[in-house]
Amino acid sequence: MTKAITVAGLHKSFGRTHALDGLDLTVDTGEVHGFLGPNGAGKSTTIRVLLGLLRADSGAAQLLGRDPWKDAVELHRRVAYVPGDVTLWRNLSGGEVIDLYGRLRGGLDPARRAELVERFELDPTKKGRTYSKGNRQKVALVAAFASDVDLLILDEPTSGLDPLMEEVFQRCVEEERDRGRTVLLSSHVLSEVEALCDRVSIIRKGVTVESGSLAELRHLTRTSVSAELVGAPNGLARLPGVHDLVTQSVEGGRGHRVRLQVDTGHLNAVLRSLSESGIRSLTSTPPTLEELFLRHYAADGTDAADTADAAEAQSASGRGADGTDAAVAR
Amino acid sequence: MTATAVGAPAARTRGSRNLAGTGPLLRLALRRDRVMMPVWVLVIGASYMSVAQSFAALYDTAAKRADVVQSTASNSSLRALYGPVFSDSLGGLATWRMIGFGGAFAAVMSLIIVIRHTREEEETGRQEMLSSAMVGRRAPLTGALLAALTANGALALLVTVVMAAYARGEGESGAGQFAGSLAVGLATAGVGMLFACTAAIAAQITENARLAKGLTAAVIGAAFVLKAAGDSASADGSSVLTWLSPLGWAENVRAFADERWWVLLVLLAAIGLQAVIAYTLAGRRDIGMSFLPARPGPAHGRLGSADALAWRLQRGGVLGWGAGFLVAGLIFGGLTDGAADLVGGNEQTREIFERMGGRQGLTDSFLAAMTGMLGMVAALYVVASVLRLYGEETGQRAEPVLAGAVGRLRWAAGHLLIAFGGAALIMLLGGLGLFLGYGHRLPGILGASLVQLPAIWVVGGLAVLLYGLFPKAAAAAWGVAGLTLALGWIGPAVNLPQPTMNLSPFTHLPKLPGADMNWPPALLLTAVAAALIATGLTALRRRDMLT
Repeated sequence: MTKAITVAGLHKSFGRTHALDGLDLTVDTGEVHGFLGPNGAGKSTTIRVLLGLLRADSGAAQLLGRDPWKDAVELHRRVAYVPGDVTLWRNLSGGEVIDLYGRLRGGLDPARRAELVERFELDPTKKGRTYSKGNRQKVALVAAFASDVDLLILDEPTSGLDPLMEEVFQRCVEEERDRGRTVLLSSHVLSEVEALCDRVSIIRKGVTVESGSLAELRHLTRTSVSAELVGAPNGLARLPGVHDLVTQSVEGGRGHRVRLQVDTGHLNAVLRSLSESGIRSLTSTPPTLEELFLRHYAADGTDAADTADAAEAQSASGRGADGTDAAVAR
Repeated sequence: MTATAVGAPAARTRGSRNLAGTGPLLRLALRRDRVMMPVWVLVIGASYMSVAQSFAALYDTAAKRADVVQSTASNSSLRALYGPVFSDSLGGLATWRMIGFGGAFAAVMSLIIVIRHTREEEETGRQEMLSSAMVGRRAPLTGALLAALTANGALALLVTVVMAAYARGEGESGAGQFAGSLAVGLATAGVGMLFACTAAIAAQITENARLAKGLTAAVIGAAFVLKAAGDSASADGSSVLTWLSPLGWAENVRAFADERWWVLLVLLAAIGLQAVIAYTLAGRRDIGMSFLPARPGPAHGRLGSADALAWRLQRGGVLGWGAGFLVAGLIFGGLTDGAADLVGGNEQTREIFERMGGRQGLTDSFLAAMTGMLGMVAALYVVASVLRLYGEETGQRAEPVLAGAVGRLRWAAGHLLIAFGGAALIMLLGGLGLFLGYGHRLPGILGASLVQLPAIWVVGGLAVLLYGLFPKAAAAAWGVAGLTLALGWIGPAVNLPQPTMNLSPFTHLPKLPGADMNWPPALLLTAVAAALIATGLTALRRRDMLT
């Protein structure tokens, strides 16, 4: 499989500010790739470099196999971009703007345009100044999805969309993937990322800290386990990768209750140890996406662990309700 | 901010790709400017036409025209305002009166067009999305310059046609007429394009569109001052100062007086040189960035009220206008002594000044005419300042302020205080400049400056009324200010009937310092202004805010 985007060791500074500090990013052709990171991590700077709007100080970047700076114009025939904050011209209608962007890219499919206007419930006759935030966003989204391109670069594209439109957006992205197009999606809406993305890259302070499929990323974090045991737990605390172990004896001395966090890579050993004590019931919860991200977003390692733990305590109550991440081992 | 980007080597790029997308961008620019551009061109063309027509009536004989030439040649003040006369043909006279102002207007039009489609697009973030499409790195600048070229081309055509049709005295040859008209048209448009390229450079070196406009406007003002100074020193436009000013080049084309076509080549060379600089800079920077990086602001702000915010937003404008008025006053003041030379000069010209400045000593007439001019220009300031309210409202910046513990009237009051008080300040500075340039009669000159205020306030009051009652038509206040300026500037020259002149509030003011102070009209106008403001504010309080 060829790569739609390859970025290696990208550096870009503005004066004394290092926006990108050796960033790596690989996006396979045909995948939807989540691009995540806290505010100011360098996501938009990376995207601007990929669009040839900024020139990298050093490092290699390739878009669809070509140089994003030198071949900007040829590349842009095959690329559609939606910024997080779309501004329109006051005295041009939404329809005019959609057609303009279509013409400035490789062209526009009129049938698809009409269908998208319908699905996004956009009134293309209104003037730029009268659109709300969400509707301005829709103008750019229709222009992007109706364009005949190979790569979509979406920078927080759904900010301001209502949940119904968010739904429409997700279906559109899936359709794009089904057609074999590549999507780079920068987003803070984690449910959106989880629903759409094949792989994600997380960046912080201009450096990629994690990249892979969601399953792979989950593997690198902790699973919480709680169990009711027949006998006393034996040697759990000494097992590698175990954290926050809490043991209680059940009333009447008829067993023990255990709660712990374990690095997902060491889960097997923990389960073996638990079963030696005789398991009466067992619940294992993989990390939520929020925990995953908070761990990576936070400023440094120690803070990350603390923040993740705090977030976990906070989100524990809601975990079952949103149903996204709870899994029960049977 | 862009130290690294500037230092980076220019990419090896293929020329045609750099310009990809220019066509659609030009169409976008023309579509966006479909109203503004024709209005500018038509208004400038119409002012050439009205001057040509009125001169045809005023100076209908060769003797009268020779008289004007005579008086201008010997009068440095008049030369400073309009430049030297090179020909006593009707076309020559109309060119003499219009070329400086026509060129300056074309320059302002061009600067607005170019900044609007370059730096403003980057500042709003629209350029980022445009450039994500098939748009070459130099296409936005090219599109903007082509849009300016379209406007200036249309202007050249219109001025040529208007001059050929109306500025023709009897017995003047058709071929010479056409050559002269073409020279005026090309010189006017050439000045426009020259400053379009100045604006293109300004757009590269600052991140702020407002600042880019201000920088270019300052260059235009400097060109005007250089030309005025040079022309007052020399009777044939040959002063070095005149030649330092692009507006002086337009004058030195000498339309209708054995046109010096090679001067147009000087204009063309300056246009080309500036374009090369702008393109070089544009190819060497990141989008949205500039060569004068924005400095970081303080981490903690002291702004604590709507008034403080209004002052913070408008202080640059007030101080800029104030400095401009001080300089303009200095120049006009320095020319005042020469105005007395007029007495022996042309009867018609003298009458024009008397209609502008009152029937008294010539020096007093000149001072009154100049303070009147400053007053009418200050009306532009007051409109600009009042309409900041409109800009804040439609720019969605008023909404969060009004969502705080700030009433609408409280919010408006801060801006209006700066508008109406600022008008007093800049008139005071203009009067101070006049005194410093002239050297005598401080109280009289300050009085003459301040007596303009009631009329200025009426224009500002109309702007408040329009903004309060019909916010979508608020920009019509510019038309009101422009109309009073046209009535005051061209009206006396073409001897408009008194009822028409009475439409301008400035007509009703006493012609200080020569005439006696006449309080009733001044007080009445002040009362009218207050009523207009009160009505506008009442309407503002009741209507919906624009979203």
